[in-house]
Amino acid sequence: MTDFIKGLRGFRRGAWEIVASVLIALGVFMLMQPFSLSLYSASFIVTLVGTVMFIIVSHFPE
Amino acid sequence: MLDSSADRAVGETPPVVSKRSRGLSDRAIAWLFVAPSIFLLLAVNIFPLIWTVRLSFTNFRVNRPNAEVQFVGLKNYISVLTDGDIWQTMQATAHFLIWTIVLQVLIGFALAYLINKKFRGNDMWTTIIVLPMMLSPAVVGNFWTFLYQPQIGLFNYAVGYLTGTDPSTFSMIGDVSLAPWAIVIVDTWMWTPFVMLICLAGLRSIPSSIYEAAECDRASKWRQFWTITIPMVLPFLMLAVLFRGIENFKMFDLVVQLTGGGPGSITELTSINLKREAFEKWRTGYASAYAVILFVTVFGLASIYVKALNKVKQR
Repeated sequence: MTDFIKGLRGFRRGAWEIVASVLIALGVFMLMQPFSLSLYSASFIVTLVGTVMFIIVSHFPE
Repeated sequence: MLDSSADRAVGETPPVVSKRSRGLSDRAIAWLFVAPSIFLLLAVNIFPLIWTVRLSFTNFRVNRPNAEVQFVGLKNYISVLTDGDIWQTMQATAHFLIWTIVLQVLIGFALAYLINKKFRGNDMWTTIIVLPMMLSPAVVGNFWTFLYQPQIGLFNYAVGYLTGTDPSTFSMIGDVSLAPWAIVIVDTWMWTPFVMLICLAGLRSIPSSIYEAAECDRASKWRQFWTITIPMVLPFLMLAVLFRGIENFKMFDLVVQLTGGGPGSITELTSINLKREAFEKWRTGYASAYAVILFVTVFGLASIYVKALNKVKQR
């Protein structure tokens, strides 16, 4: 956990990629869940933020 | 000595040839070879993508090419993301996606585990199991409609034989509650061999020395399975899940051939719905926004897939 936070603070690729992956997975879940239309409406922006973040953070140092 | 030979060679080379060979550097030749591929990529992939993004902000309809095209901002995106019907379609896709992946991973891994054991006829069984994957989805969809026929279908007959139900009393592709399972069964039948092959590669990559060491430590078969086999195969399984996830998110041909999205719209997956919006209702701008949303989702999943692939490579 400490390594993960250190990675986030130091702008390390691994930690930030995990954050971006979680956002993408959350966005896909929100897109397909059967519980709330509001979650569905917000899904695209969450997936988009995750995907763009993934592209950016994959250029961070290891 | 070397310089003089080089000078002599240059002197003996005809001027036209020498000029040509000096004119193109290795880098230029490399570009020359790569250029057709790059041109095709730009023309077939990148340009349509940019054009789709552009259209998604307009009210363009491809069946009215002379009508005035107006910029509508995020209206199409808002419409797609507040449309209850599309939300239903996403749920149908989720049902299809989740159940196909669960069944394919469980059956695929079990088959790989069995095939990995040495037994007589091992290769023959591998070939037989892999056969469905090699068929065209359109062909598979077509012949499964016959298998699902209530009167003459083999599937209905088999279910009737095993459960004692009258085969003609249920229709897999005509019943609202059964149709979503009908497409799950066919996709599982077709693509489980693919998951099996990936799992088999994972199982065969485990060195036998690890199992021998576990035997020396008196680890039970059950413990060996959970502490050696599963962790070592997990990256491969993850790859299979992501691969099938991305493919099934885009599923079109098999389901169109099998149910056409019906009965009603119960098996209308996102790609089928998108095709209807774009080429039956001709709402091009709206369909473009829909396509961009699906593209971003698949691209996001693909990013995770590439990351997982790199992890597997590092192992």
